[in-house]
Amino acid sequence: MSTTASQTATASQMRLLIIEDDRESADYLVKAFREVGYIADLASDGEEGLSLADSGDYDVLVVDRMLPKRDGLSLIGSLREKGNRTPVLILSALGQVDDRIKGLRAGGDDYLPKPYSFAELLARVEVLSRRHGGPAEETTYKVGDLELDRLSHRVARGKDELTLQPREFRLLEYLMKHAGQVVTRTMLLENVWDYHFDPQTNVIDVHISRLRSKIDKGFERPLLHTIRGAGYMIRDGIR
Amino acid sequence: MTAFGKLIRTTAFRLTLVYLFLFALFAASLLGYFAWNTRRLINEQITATVNAEIAEIEIIYARRGLQGLALTLGRRTLRPGANLYLVTTPAGTAFGGNVESLSPGVMASSGWSETAYRRLDEQDTAHHRALVRVTQLDNGFRLLVGRDLEERRRMFGIVANAAQWSLLVVIVLGLGGGIFVARRVLHRIDAMTGTTQRIMAGDLSGRLPVGRSGDELDRLAENLNAMLERIEALMTGLKEVSDNIAHDLKTPLTRLRNRAEEALASSGSESEYRAALERTIEESDGLIRTFNALLMIARAESGQARGNMDDFDAADVARGIHELYEPLAEDDGLTLRVRAAPAALHGNRELISQALANLVENAIKYGKPDPAVQPLDAAVAARSKEILIESRREGDSVLLSVTDHGPGIPEGDRKYAVERFVRLEASRTLPGSGLGLSLASAVATLHGGELRLGDAHPGLVATLAIPARAASGDRLAAQTQDVPQKVA
Repeated sequence: MSTTASQTATASQMRLLIIEDDRESADYLVKAFREVGYIADLASDGEEGLSLADSGDYDVLVVDRMLPKRDGLSLIGSLREKGNRTPVLILSALGQVDDRIKGLRAGGDDYLPKPYSFAELLARVEVLSRRHGGPAEETTYKVGDLELDRLSHRVARGKDELTLQPREFRLLEYLMKHAGQVVTRTMLLENVWDYHFDPQTNVIDVHISRLRSKIDKGFERPLLHTIRGAGYMIRDGIR
Repeated sequence: MTAFGKLIRTTAFRLTLVYLFLFALFAASLLGYFAWNTRRLINEQITATVNAEIAEIEIIYARRGLQGLALTLGRRTLRPGANLYLVTTPAGTAFGGNVESLSPGVMASSGWSETAYRRLDEQDTAHHRALVRVTQLDNGFRLLVGRDLEERRRMFGIVANAAQWSLLVVIVLGLGGGIFVARRVLHRIDAMTGTTQRIMAGDLSGRLPVGRSGDELDRLAENLNAMLERIEALMTGLKEVSDNIAHDLKTPLTRLRNRAEEALASSGSESEYRAALERTIEESDGLIRTFNALLMIARAESGQARGNMDDFDAADVARGIHELYEPLAEDDGLTLRVRAAPAALHGNRELISQALANLVENAIKYGKPDPAVQPLDAAVAARSKEILIESRREGDSVLLSVTDHGPGIPEGDRKYAVERFVRLEASRTLPGSGLGLSLASAVATLHGGELRLGDAHPGLVATLAIPARAASGDRLAAQTQDVPQKVA
């Protein structure tokens, strides 16, 4: 976690609004986000959340789906109506696929069912945030001497051309798009494979280790790192 | 409320009363019309006869005088069923005819009147009634011709009698029928009420009595029974789930709690605390996973996930899952292969993918060949390490199957294996929530299909069989609904 903190605190600080009515989890979130160097504000009902989200300049909104006075989905709806495009992550006790779809249709950008781990939430918030969103639609990604060309589907490390399976390519593409950010297993399953269920086995780890053997094996500096208790990150880091 | 009070409050009884009143009214008016018309007809006949006779007698009198008159009257009074004739002198005494007495004053006024009379030749003393007409002859003599009203009276009596009896019969039959029908209905409704009260009190196994007549009450009872069947199944499912949750979630929760307690009690190093906390998080993640799977099964079973259905190719699902699990199988020394024949399907793609993923995970976990049996042939050995994902259309069904060559499931255990939390003896030592097969089964049921477990000689074939026709039927229905909307 401390790694992520130092990473995010570099430029200007990330500003976050948490709209959550349960006092204890709200306090926990605010404290946890502040520990990793975010500025985190708190609103405890839908109306307050809407007016704060409207007036403040936030990078990401974390919205509980069920709120007093105004529920999460209608809050997002009216924000979007006013042209506010701040990325929104919905937290909800309703974790089924159709609830997720409903949340995303209402204008949410990501959906995380409760209970969640803070590492998962943090990783998703970082990926969502505008400032750290990375090179959104660039045609080539570059991390260290690893290069990925999205148009020609070519991957090279240094002078070596690497041969990847289509799915390995998409996996690497997603990791490189979010280079320097933690990407969790569920995020990979959702974004690379488009599945929203929770496999009982370590399928993603096996795919990662295959990818790793292709891009890191035989090279002095590993690029694909396992972040304990959270997920994976691709970065050119010595530390 | 008394039994009688209940009886007369029934709809059947009230309807009977209304019909009874209407029928009585109808019968009365019919008889009344008949009686009135008959009376009119008889009166007309009498009037015509009397008028004709008077005309005749007047002519005879005019031609032949009193002599002729007396002669004619004498003759006519002798005819059988003769009319009444009376001629009086200007002094008022009888001159001829067959009438002995009349009501007083009848002879004094000319024209029609009704009177009591007695005939000369009659023995009985009873008075009869007659309709008579009196005319003035020219020399002070008066002539009376009339006809007995017995016929009319008798006719009237018959009608009145008929009215009385028919009313009585209508009332008796109507009331009797009403009470009979009402009692029958009431009896059955009471039986139903009794059963529903028992059910409300908690005995969900109760069913309404269904008669053999197939009438509306039977159909209602059948429908209610079907509803009760469904409620009972849901309740049983719910109870099973809560029992299982109680059992299978409490165990890891207890473990979790014990571990935390233990860590707290021992004065360990930071790394020991850290390890204890990590294990706690791991354990709670497992709990969450089990919980999610249970919720998913419950939702699939209750049919809530029927939204989000769309059209897709089962082959894509098979290929996608193969692609996801192929490296995992390889790591475990198995070969995951796919044979995907196109098969169009309508359903919840996510759920079907998950069901298939569960079957593949099971095959990877439990489908390893028995290490004690080492096949001599290398080809057989390779085959025994193969897991095959297959999609195809067979008849009206779309089949998604996973075949392994492990120990399989004994035939007797197969039905049992699908139940929640059941982990067969052989698999107790392997990790897993024991919900994989029941989720797959619930998903198949949600789509109107089933999960079939079969023998792969050796090994297990787990097949999601989902009807394709029902799905295309839905699409057709949706299309035909669209057409008029477009036209409009």
